[in-house]
Amino acid sequence: MMTSDFITAWFLPGLWITVQITVYSAALAFVIAFPIGVLRTSPLWIVRFLAGTYFEIFRGTSALVFMFWMAFTVPMLFGFSFLPMAAGVLALGMTYGAYGSEIVRGALAAVPVAQREAGVALNFTKGQRLRKIEIPQAWPEMLPPFNNLLIELLKGTSLVSLIAVADMTFAGNLWRLVTAESAPVYTVLLVVYFVLAFLLTRGMRLLERHAKARIGQAPEKVGLLGGLRSKSSIDAVTGTGGAK
Amino acid sequence: MSADSSTSKETVNPTVDGSELIRFDKVTKRFGSHVVLDELDFSVASGKHVTLIGPSGSGKTTILRLLMTLMKPEEGTIKVGGEYLTHETKNGKLVPASEKYTREVRKNIGMVFQQFNLFPNMKVLRNITEAPVQVLGLSKDEAEQRARELLELVGLTEHIDKYPSQLSGGQQQRVAIARALAMRPQVLLLDEVTSALDPELVAGVLDVLRDIAHTTDITMLCVTHEMNFARDISDQVLMFDSGRVIEAGTPEKIFTEPEHERTREFLSAVL
Repeated sequence: MMTSDFITAWFLPGLWITVQITVYSAALAFVIAFPIGVLRTSPLWIVRFLAGTYFEIFRGTSALVFMFWMAFTVPMLFGFSFLPMAAGVLALGMTYGAYGSEIVRGALAAVPVAQREAGVALNFTKGQRLRKIEIPQAWPEMLPPFNNLLIELLKGTSLVSLIAVADMTFAGNLWRLVTAESAPVYTVLLVVYFVLAFLLTRGMRLLERHAKARIGQAPEKVGLLGGLRSKSSIDAVTGTGGAK
Repeated sequence: MSADSSTSKETVNPTVDGSELIRFDKVTKRFGSHVVLDELDFSVASGKHVTLIGPSGSGKTTILRLLMTLMKPEEGTIKVGGEYLTHETKNGKLVPASEKYTREVRKNIGMVFQQFNLFPNMKVLRNITEAPVQVLGLSKDEAEQRARELLELVGLTEHIDKYPSQLSGGQQQRVAIARALAMRPQVLLLDEVTSALDPELVAGVLDVLRDIAHTTDITMLCVTHEMNFARDISDQVLMFDSGRVIEAGTPEKIFTEPEHERTREFLSAVL
């Protein structure tokens, strides 16, 4: 197989699969993370317990094993099978959704109590307080940890190569088997994952900037690589926007 | 925790003229074993301006927070406009109030906080219009009209399009006053509203409140350390100590000839 043939037949389609799985899993993770994170702040213990159970189960299980389970055990137990890519997306989305719920919960918990009290004093309902006051203020604080998680997810998508989804890593493994040369192909893979992660980070930085501007905060100045450093969701939340 | 018999157990039960808007009936509030309010009875008549004074920790702010339903009493009941606030009657029994019931009674009450607590994610205009639109169901135009009038009252019309973080503390507090008034409450609770301000910004906020006190019939409950302000606006001053009202009267009486030793001590320390 010629290198150029390999690139067009396997590598580029694999790259596209990696991007697709990242996007679909991230969307699923986000859709799970938000309600689970919000429910984990519920005053009702049973609601907190159920949402917390979801979090603990998916935090405590291996995404890879869960993916194998979806791909190989589900067909045996239930007599139907997912497309391999769907099994991969479900496993990644549900696992990273659990991690994401912790970010949502933490950022909501970091909104000052005084903001909730101001909402009570204006007679907002709990739902209105959540939608109009708490989530908008917590949102910019969620973005940096969401960015970290998104990059973890991107790199985690390489696991789907083990359930025969022809992603970028699958293409790399194939190339190594064909050529018996592992050094170049894995170096290329590392670089491509890095570039994808870097692009995601820049995108998330833009989102964060936009989100902060919308709540009247000036975005902090960071260098070109600034967004790649890890940042907790809690430390940036201080005060109530009180006196200057 | 003042169970020793040397301090007077006798509580003053201030009565005021006119229709009763707020009534505390044997309200006890504890934090752990610390008793903040000790079977407190007091009432406020509609339209009156009542100032609560006393040493810190004497339970003044707790009264406002109980009225705003930011905390619940351990014992006793609170009524606003004749309706229970934290309880409701079901089948003739007094049970803890549902959120829905509490919101219905709470809509008559507004509060201004020491730390302003403006919503940093909303500009000045939306800080004021959000609750009238969402909670009272006003149209956006009506709410904006109301907000503009109130911003004129507090002298901040030109800051309508700014975020709270772009304003001084005094300006933020005046926005917070406008925000509370936009809900047209019958009762306005003022919790040490100038304590967090730089000294040169206090006068502007107090002027706005004097204006409101003298031109509206809104009932005010005010916790403050600004004794001149209290003297100006109050119909009645309540002196608190250890969770009880130990003396009540007109500002003239309390500030010029207080009867109680604790009141004299307190006033000589703050005046």
